[in-house]
Amino acid sequence: MILQAKNLRVEFRTRRGTLVAVDDVSFSVARGEVLGVVGESGAGKSLTGLAIMGLLEAPGRLAAGEVWLEGQRIDRLPQAALRAIRGRRIGVVFQDPLGSLNPLFTIGEQLEETIRTHLGLAGKELRQRALALLAEVGIPAPQARFHHYPHQFSGGMRQRVVIALALAAEPILLIADEPTTALDVSMQAQIIALIKRVARERGAAVMLITHDMGVIAETADRVAVMYAGRIVEIGTVRDVLHAPRHPYTAGLMASIPRIAAGAGRSRLAQIEGAMPRLDAIPRGCPFHPRCPKRFERCLSSRPELMPAEESQAACWLHASAIAQR
Amino acid sequence: MLAFILRRLAQAVVVMLAVGLIAFALFRFVGDPVLFMLGQDATPQDRERVTRLLGLDQPFYVQYASFVKRAVQGEFGLSLRQMRPVSALIVERLPATLELSFVAALLALVAGIAMGVYTALRPRSWLSQLLLALSLIGVSLPTFLIGILLILVFSVQLGWLPSFGRGETLAIGWWTTGFLTASGLKALVLPAITLGLFQMTLIQRLTRAEMLEVLRTDYIRFARARGLTDRAVYFRHALKNTLVPVITITGLQLGSIIAFAIITETVFQWPGLGLLFIQAVNFADVPVMAAYLCLAALFFVVINLVVDLLYYAVDPRLRIQPA
Ligand SMILES: Nc1ncnc2c1ncn2[C@@H]1O[C@H](COP(=O)(O)OP(=O)(O)O)[C@@H](O)[C@H]1O
Ligand SMILES: [Mg+2]
Repeated sequence: MILQAKNLRVEFRTRRGTLVAVDDVSFSVARGEVLGVVGESGAGKSLTGLAIMGLLEAPGRLAAGEVWLEGQRIDRLPQAALRAIRGRRIGVVFQDPLGSLNPLFTIGEQLEETIRTHLGLAGKELRQRALALLAEVGIPAPQARFHHYPHQFSGGMRQRVVIALALAAEPILLIADEPTTALDVSMQAQIIALIKRVARERGAAVMLITHDMGVIAETADRVAVMYAGRIVEIGTVRDVLHAPRHPYTAGLMASIPRIAAGAGRSRLAQIEGAMPRLDAIPRGCPFHPRCPKRFERCLSSRPELMPAEESQAACWLHASAIAQR
Repeated sequence: MLAFILRRLAQAVVVMLAVGLIAFALFRFVGDPVLFMLGQDATPQDRERVTRLLGLDQPFYVQYASFVKRAVQGEFGLSLRQMRPVSALIVERLPATLELSFVAALLALVAGIAMGVYTALRPRSWLSQLLLALSLIGVSLPTFLIGILLILVFSVQLGWLPSFGRGETLAIGWWTTGFLTASGLKALVLPAITLGLFQMTLIQRLTRAEMLEVLRTDYIRFARARGLTDRAVYFRHALKNTLVPVITITGLQLGSIIAFAIITETVFQWPGLGLLFIQAVNFADVPVMAAYLCLAALFFVVINLVVDLLYYAVDPRLRIQPA
């Protein structure tokens, strides 16, 4: 396993009490595997990614849980040691490709400083490696583009540059947080293909965060569905997508835009209501107010992840199956 | 680039012409030059002759044009009080004001940025709290009061630094400098602090606000995520982006430092342009006042122009159109 997250809990201490934004989240990602993390906005996907990298910003903090990278526990490391891991062993791509690049430095400068920081290259070697990276992520004419500033690139090209930056030191884990959300549809497929390709070629593990089930279906090997800070279902993409075990996953699946229909994205049209705010998470199963299949037990006690056929789902519908066994 | 410079130059010329008009109006409406030259009991014939000699019978725009023409050549006539060419007076006083303003601006910039960056990076430390409290005082106290307080403490009580004048100066060509003598440097300290304090607190607050803003941006988060060192994140990425607006605004403030020098020069009897101007006002010495106005405006315009060009050089987004 390249990455193991165990019982992660992210809290915000506020004046009105402690908010739990990520609650008891566990998963792992193997070499060469793409784990999709999917869920509505506010489900805690980004915070999970930031917690793994040790980049939570106050007042947020990792209140419990462990992060293991290639068998080494990294969540307790001092900042300097974590810093050396970030960019070197864990690469990150954020949502907004323009915002991620410093407007006052050329992409070449930003690329070279990243490589220099982690690999200590200099001079010709450094330049060659930077150019090779730009070529690898599909920037045409890297020699010429090297001295250009971020604003001189289109959105898709910028995201390629960001990916090059994330891959600069050959990380073994790539965390991509909604890498295509800010891009137009034609660009999305290319960026997804690029991430898939580099993961395969380098044997890196990928944690791909998105709210788009369509992206998951195209890219991921396994998928974790998050709702209100918890994983409600996790399994292989084939199992989860073909036979969703959690009513929330089923709702997400129904919301994948049908390409033939040509209609705009009507996200989650099939699920009534909205995800609860962190300070108003209902008792019992957090999803029960929106769940078409809820029954008494869902109102009072909270389901943990339990085996549901090949996958795991946090839903009382599957408790009976366990009992019968 | 060229179009940008030309456009800015054209704007600068328009501003200078407008200020010139005000300065010119001073001549026309403050006192009567003919009366001044001939005295009360001149004959009407004499008055008419002098009026024609001075060109005062010409239409307004002709007079203005010749005023502009002379002003461009640095020709503002004789000081009514000292009966010496105004240009000579200005050249004599210019180094004192420029040296004082330069030191004050440098002090304000260096100390202001350093304090601003510190208070942004260590918001909770007691030193940051103290600096912020002091900056509030610095912004709210009037300049002359600060000057008088400094004199009281460092000149009167402690006797460490002189309370007036420039000390000894050395002449380098037509320029006189206080930088090269011990007494000249000592004399600079209090006036420079007085003049720079307000700008320094302004720059400190501006730098702090900008830096905090920049530290929240995605590219700083991404720089951290790339594993750059804190030093690179703070002093390479964050500082550069902070300095763009700070330098612009500071540059624009340089003009007001020179203008505010009037008060400081008066408090410290600093023999610069500001003191010259105040004395000219007291004596209704119109040529000197007009020349000072034009010169101050010229400083403002030139500084703005330089700042624009600097900004242009620092921020690539202005330099090159998107491909
Ligand atoms: N500084 C903060 N203070 C309080 N709550 C926060 C803060 N930052 C994020 N949150 C909350 O944490 C939850 C999860 O956020 P996030 O991980 O960004 O969601 P996602 O990436 O799944 O859209 C959201 O409900 C958000 O409101
Ligand atoms: Mg997010």
